[in-house]
Amino acid sequence: MTTATAVRTPGALSPRLTGATAGRVLRQLRHDHRTIALMLVVPSLLLGLLYLLWEDLPAPPGQPGLFDRVGLTMLGIFPFVVMFLVTSIAMLRERTTGTLERLLTTPLSRLDLLLGYGTAFGLAAALQALITVTVASTVYDLDVAGALALVVLIAVVDAVLGVALGLLASAFARSEFQAVQFMPVVVLPQFFLCGLLVPREQMAGWLQAISDVLPLTYAVEALQEVGRSAEATGTMWADVGIVAGVAVLALALAAGTLRRRTS
Amino acid sequence: MDAVVVRDLVVDRGRNRVLHGLSCSVPAGRVTGLLGPSGSGKSTLMRAVVGVQKVRSGEVTVLGRPAGTPALRSRVGYVTQAPSVYPDLTVRENARYFAALQGRGAREADTAIADVGLADAAGQLVGDLSGGQAGRASLACALVGDPELLVLDEPTVGLDPVLRVDLWDRFAALAAAGTTLIVSSHVMDEAARCDRLLLLRDGDLLADTTPAQLRAGTGTEDLEEAFLRLVLEREGARA
Repeated sequence: MTTATAVRTPGALSPRLTGATAGRVLRQLRHDHRTIALMLVVPSLLLGLLYLLWEDLPAPPGQPGLFDRVGLTMLGIFPFVVMFLVTSIAMLRERTTGTLERLLTTPLSRLDLLLGYGTAFGLAAALQALITVTVASTVYDLDVAGALALVVLIAVVDAVLGVALGLLASAFARSEFQAVQFMPVVVLPQFFLCGLLVPREQMAGWLQAISDVLPLTYAVEALQEVGRSAEATGTMWADVGIVAGVAVLALALAAGTLRRRTS
Repeated sequence: MDAVVVRDLVVDRGRNRVLHGLSCSVPAGRVTGLLGPSGSGKSTLMRAVVGVQKVRSGEVTVLGRPAGTPALRSRVGYVTQAPSVYPDLTVRENARYFAALQGRGAREADTAIADVGLADAAGQLVGDLSGGQAGRASLACALVGDPELLVLDEPTVGLDPVLRVDLWDRFAALAAAGTTLIVSSHVMDEAARCDRLLLLRDGDLLADTTPAQLRAGTGTEDLEEAFLRLVLEREGARA
């Protein structure tokens, strides 16, 4: 093609435009002080509630305490749920206010837009995870055998998964009411089947099969690996890879739902 | 030269046919007014020109390329009827974001804000502005890329008369500098400010004319009245 001006290949990624979009999303967040406060403080408070709930219960001999097991898992579930909700609403607003249509008439590619969201909320999740992990390990004496940095890393990957699924879910919601309803649909089955409520080995075969294809299962397993062993294990890295892979897949599917031409 | 050429454009929305094989052209470096009552297909035609409208058949050529081609995205600016900017960002942050998308910087963003008369409100959240101000913020975000073609859907709705005159002066200045503008309106007194008029009604092109021709052809100085006479004349011819 003979394009005279400096025009990018259509659909190609541009780190500059992705960065500009991530900056814009973070700036929107910065103006919303209450959301920031909720995002950064609520996970620590909820974790505190769990801590107090189980504080005086004796742990079964030879097993980690309930709080160490469940609290650690929650560090991965909070960012997933919060980012899923925040992103699906944010993207729905882009669709309903006409900014999405406008963005699609600019040189911004669809992947730039989605990765911009992923980057912005991934950074917000990193801050959230840093605070929650710090509070959990100091105030609540959460016992983790492995490195806390790995817990933060897994929390961020979970958050990005939440962002990606939220972007995808927003395509199927016509209103904010509907978007909010997608949260239990997407989150609760994964939570029930991730192995936290009932160990996966004790599930009925078909439930275990479903559990096998749900990404949160691997996020929880990765956290349990960090909780158990001082060194990062191969299983943990494989789990992190699976969660990241599903996030990328969901982002690609979400890009497919962004139609440039609509009726 | 024509900046936009539309040939036999048919658009359906739901079960309704909104445009019935419309053909028209828009001269480069001029202000072309798209006029007609609400529901006449103005917005749909504009969406087809910027390439976000699904079309049933027909061709829309913009700056020599099919509408919506990626290469056009840095050359065409589009402002929707409802202000499509972020209410939770300031005017300046909005303008800078859209500037960045077009490869422009903070200076161009500030110029665009000043051009729409919002320099004093640059630090305010768009959500805190009046409807007219938010509309101008939205316009600034299109001006910032210095596009060759500007497609503006009812940009002067809700503006006070002084600002309306200011904006139309601005459009004329842009056209004098070589920009092609398509501006829709349902207020006929704005037609007088256009170089060329496309009158739409019920998805058909009623007339492709100039304000002077329209006045002469219908024998009235009042463009509102002229439009009315034209409609009656056509309906008389059809009956």
